[in-house]
Amino acid sequence: MRVSSESELVEAIAGATGPLRIVGGGTRDVGRPVVGEVLEVGLSGVELYEPGSLTLIVKAGTPVAEVSALLAGEQQRLAFEPMDYSGVMRSTGASTIGGVVAANASGPRRIQAGAVRDFTLGTRFVDGAGRVVKNGGRVMKNVTGYDLVKLMAGSWGTLGVLSEVSLKVQPIPEAQVTLVRPVESLAEAVGFMSAALGSPFDVTGAATTEAFEVAIRLEGSAFSVDYRAKELLGGVLAGFERVEGAGSAAIWDNITRLAPFVGNAQDLWRVSLKPGDAPSFHEAVRGIAGDCLFDWGGGLIWLGVNGVTTAEAAQTIRAALAPLGGHATLIRASTADRQAVPGFQPQAPRVAALSRAIKQKFDPRGILNPGLMDH
Amino acid sequence: MEMPKPSDGVLAKRAGIIARLREVLPDDAVIEDRVELKAYECDALSAYRCPPLCAVLPASTEEVSAVLRICHAEGVPVVPRGSGTSLAGGAMPTADSVVLGVMRLTEVLEVDYANRFIRVEAGRTNLSVTGAVEADGFFYAPDPSSQLACAIAGNIAMNSGGAHCLKYGVTTNNLMGVTMVLADGEVIEVGGAHLDAEGLDLLGLICGSEGQLGVVTEATLRILAKPEGARPVLVGFDSNVVAGACVSDIIKSGILPVAIEFMDRPCIEATEAFTGAGYPDCEALLIIEVEGSEAEIADQLSKIVAIAARHDPVEIRESASAEESRLIWLGRKSAFGAMGQKGDYICLDGTIPVSELPHVLSQIGELSQAYGLGVGNVFHAGDGNMHPLIIYNANKDGDLAKAEAMGADILRLCVEVGGCLTGEHGVGIEKRDLMDVQYAPDDLEVQMAVKDVFDPAWILNPAKVFPLGASAGRRGV
Repeated sequence: MRVSSESELVEAIAGATGPLRIVGGGTRDVGRPVVGEVLEVGLSGVELYEPGSLTLIVKAGTPVAEVSALLAGEQQRLAFEPMDYSGVMRSTGASTIGGVVAANASGPRRIQAGAVRDFTLGTRFVDGAGRVVKNGGRVMKNVTGYDLVKLMAGSWGTLGVLSEVSLKVQPIPEAQVTLVRPVESLAEAVGFMSAALGSPFDVTGAATTEAFEVAIRLEGSAFSVDYRAKELLGGVLAGFERVEGAGSAAIWDNITRLAPFVGNAQDLWRVSLKPGDAPSFHEAVRGIAGDCLFDWGGGLIWLGVNGVTTAEAAQTIRAALAPLGGHATLIRASTADRQAVPGFQPQAPRVAALSRAIKQKFDPRGILNPGLMDH
Repeated sequence: MEMPKPSDGVLAKRAGIIARLREVLPDDAVIEDRVELKAYECDALSAYRCPPLCAVLPASTEEVSAVLRICHAEGVPVVPRGSGTSLAGGAMPTADSVVLGVMRLTEVLEVDYANRFIRVEAGRTNLSVTGAVEADGFFYAPDPSSQLACAIAGNIAMNSGGAHCLKYGVTTNNLMGVTMVLADGEVIEVGGAHLDAEGLDLLGLICGSEGQLGVVTEATLRILAKPEGARPVLVGFDSNVVAGACVSDIIKSGILPVAIEFMDRPCIEATEAFTGAGYPDCEALLIIEVEGSEAEIADQLSKIVAIAARHDPVEIRESASAEESRLIWLGRKSAFGAMGQKGDYICLDGTIPVSELPHVLSQIGELSQAYGLGVGNVFHAGDGNMHPLIIYNANKDGDLAKAEAMGADILRLCVEVGGCLTGEHGVGIEKRDLMDVQYAPDDLEVQMAVKDVFDPAWILNPAKVFPLGASAGRRGV
């Protein structure tokens, strides 16, 4: 079933007699597989775009590509650099803005600019009882009532179906440069990334590839980028080389597309942890690790898994995380494995109980993506 | 301001409740003396006061938990309090409530520069968080005007902002984790030194929930490397409309100042009389601050000056020294004090789309005429967060009510043009009964359902945020 207006969305949910599988562009099939009628969110179009206020209000089913093209026309962009899972998911669908918000799918710039949830100013959604709920608005500072916008971001359609989102956007800077250098170990890479992120030079990306090539991105006016690059090269990033313009952009494009994992069939995990813990975690999972990508200064590890079952990998990964803190989410695995293995990090009992109770309030009949997040 | 009638049952067992609290707290952590309790009868919204049943000052998460277990069992409302600097009445008690102050929880627990966070007890003041890391070149970004006094716990409760959040975001964008005591006394950990939630974003929900979902006792906060330098430029204009247009052009240009502050003529005149900062004689002025190295600052300021020059400025004053920067900021930072010389005032906090600045400013001018009350506007223009100050005379019968009515009209206007009731101060009691201007019944119902989950008995700060009529059934009245 495809809905193309908020009123159709209300009808579809209010009239549902069983579980609904909520789909935007169908590019993020993550979590426990939902058995239910497909509800495709086809609401599309721009409600308001005010470049001078850095504000965009858009219907949830609008393709991200359309949004990005519109913004680019005014030299603006989505600051959080949405992750594009379509390649790793082998999906031909077009990622939607509602899907990006529902997955809180932030890219490399998250460490400096903030996450999707930080740039989402407001939402309208239809909850499991068929009620239209709005929260937040279109302004950048808003503490009027509880912040359900944050709650909806990253709730994967389990609490309500987004019909409209309002976003803060960002001017596209004049220039970018990436400073790169191969190093011997992940510990050395994290050391460089920490030093760069701890400098006053406003680093907007800090990632390391499988073979420990460190990449540090600077963006801004051409003058400022050049100044900061020189300061870093003469200081904590001695021995790094400059990659300018399009070459620089390609490095980060590969990360947002998860290029190392496109075209292979490894299970893929997304691990968020304290950046400094990345080397010891990586060591602990070395026996099962396939391809790896280290983003967010080491605080986000995209971990491919080789040679063990999904269940065994889950056990190894979560055991390695237990003493460190952080969380691991299964992004890609077979449907059967996603059915059997909890894809989201198990939570402390009381926190899990709070999440379940929230789900129950928002979706009393348990029909919106039931089971997807294990609450 | 209407507050719920205190529970006779709770008032009747005051002595018993205090005795139980004394069993779990040191002697000096339970305040029951009527004179000493005066310190807890209001926050910075001092027009409204009520002494609580008693106040407690726990010094650990365990003590907070013990207090909440008792209050939960006794059915006593609890009003969490940071430093009591709320402008919205967020920490105002009722006669049947226990004020739970966290000001003894002040320790720095962990500083980690490599991973760029600090973990502190939540009663620590905002400025002293930066104080703990600045010698090493770091800072904590959110900077509410009350930062010398206000506690991180209150910042989290109200999701506080500040002048520099145009670049760095507000509390919720800089908060990584909390230790929180739930209404029934159980302690939970949410978030930590890693980024983003592992399940539902409860941290995002907790931040800005005005002490209604739990009592935060520890917080993990993002810290940033201090920029090399910062310098402002002051630009005067002969109309509010032109100043507003200039703000929009700067934002659109791609330059990201750390602050764009706006003052109108009444404020400029009041601060001149008060501080002699040497502001130009004009209708409106902007203070725009940028950061970076000396050369980067010069580069950005030259671009801003070029944009401002297209708007027929009365004066452009680029700071060339620390002393000139100080003078430019002096008037802005003294604005609230200066307006206080003109009389009593109430300070509003509505946010509007930046594009609506000229329209809203002229409407506020008309309301000022209609009500016969003076208004000064001084605010964070870059993000549309307005702070109209309505001047009234507290000694004149009916003047406060008139000022509040005018304030309500201004806030309705903010919502009408696509904005909101409060940008950084919170709802508290002050804007509680205007919530249905911004939200439909279902919008509020869903928010209250969230409180039901965390605090089913509604003992935590129950008479705040939601219109009293809307929350009555849940509060058991």
